[in-house]
Amino acid sequence: MDWSIADSRPIWLQLEEQLTKRILSGEYPMGSRMPTVRELAAEAGVNPNTMQRALSALEGSGLVVTQRTAGRVVTEDQQLIHAARKEQAAGLIAAYLQGMQNLGFTEEEARTYLKEGN
Amino acid sequence: MEQNLIRCSGLRKTYGRFAALEHVDLTLGRGKIVGLLGPNGSGKTTLIKLLCGLIQPTEGEILINGQKPGPYTKSIVSYLPDRMYFADWMTPRDILDLFEDFYADFRRDRAEAMCASLQILPDKRIKTMSKGTKEKLQLILVMSRDAQLYLLDEPIAGVDPAARDFILETILRNYNEQGTVLISTHLISDVEKVLDEVVFLCNGTVVRQDTVDHIRETEGMTVDGLFRDIFRAMPYRREPAVTEFPRMEGGEQQ
Repeated sequence: MDWSIADSRPIWLQLEEQLTKRILSGEYPMGSRMPTVRELAAEAGVNPNTMQRALSALEGSGLVVTQRTAGRVVTEDQQLIHAARKEQAAGLIAAYLQGMQNLGFTEEEARTYLKEGN
Repeated sequence: MEQNLIRCSGLRKTYGRFAALEHVDLTLGRGKIVGLLGPNGSGKTTLIKLLCGLIQPTEGEILINGQKPGPYTKSIVSYLPDRMYFADWMTPRDILDLFEDFYADFRRDRAEAMCASLQILPDKRIKTMSKGTKEKLQLILVMSRDAQLYLLDEPIAGVDPAARDFILETILRNYNEQGTVLISTHLISDVEKVLDEVVFLCNGTVVRQDTVDHIRETEGMTVDGLFRDIFRAMPYRREPAVTEFPRMEGGEQQ
């Protein structure tokens, strides 16, 4: 997955979202060590202080844990990952329903459409 | 150690009757990448040359790490001018020798490794290099110093987008983390995400100093968008009868 800073919201927020996606998709597996701030910043082409802020936010939500010996690692708390995944899923569903509504479908129709696949 | 790396107070620089900088009070901390942004002729190059000690202020004071520009500050400042200043018969090897002689903080191994990764041959004359290669070589030299302050005057002007990415990544991977990088440019959308902070210059005065994410939070737009908003110039519209041309102001200072 490539990094993209596409919109006008704060950059650290966009980085936090993309780091979260990488953790939930397993690109950074549970319990694995995160790359260093400087490495991530260079890879994403962003300022290291901004990347630092995004990682601090991830620590705040618990997805990343700082260990004294290993540095920053991805959490091994399955429940936390599961909850975060569900949260993302809820966002996708809401976006789908909104998109369908904009096309003139009712919520019921949108659900049936999704189930039947056409 | 001084807490602020750069302190300018009441800075003023005039060229004849033209004031290139006026009432500039500016403080910059350490460990930051700062964008010096402004349209052509807003005083960016003048400010950088003052910080380098290449020109002297008409009024006011500049302190870098608590000292006025001089031999000490030159030993901790790494400067990328907006044009190539090496003789064109020289080769990268000659220039590396020169930098090694000149600067105690020059890391020759780093410069050689970067040249090798770009396939810049040590014995190829500068004369025979493309403009983009020359700019990259110059940046490699400047970023191979463990300086406190990097002053980069238009490092990405005049190179293609791929070279821009290379230049920005080189800056990110090589700057000294205790040091500060000041990048002047008008290509804001390209550099916005590598910056902590921006300083907007307009007609020789600082009109805004803020962090990139604070601007995005409070203005709801990118720094590039804000810049276009602040500096939007009305295009000249032809009137039926033109009696007088609008007076031109500014222009790049040499």
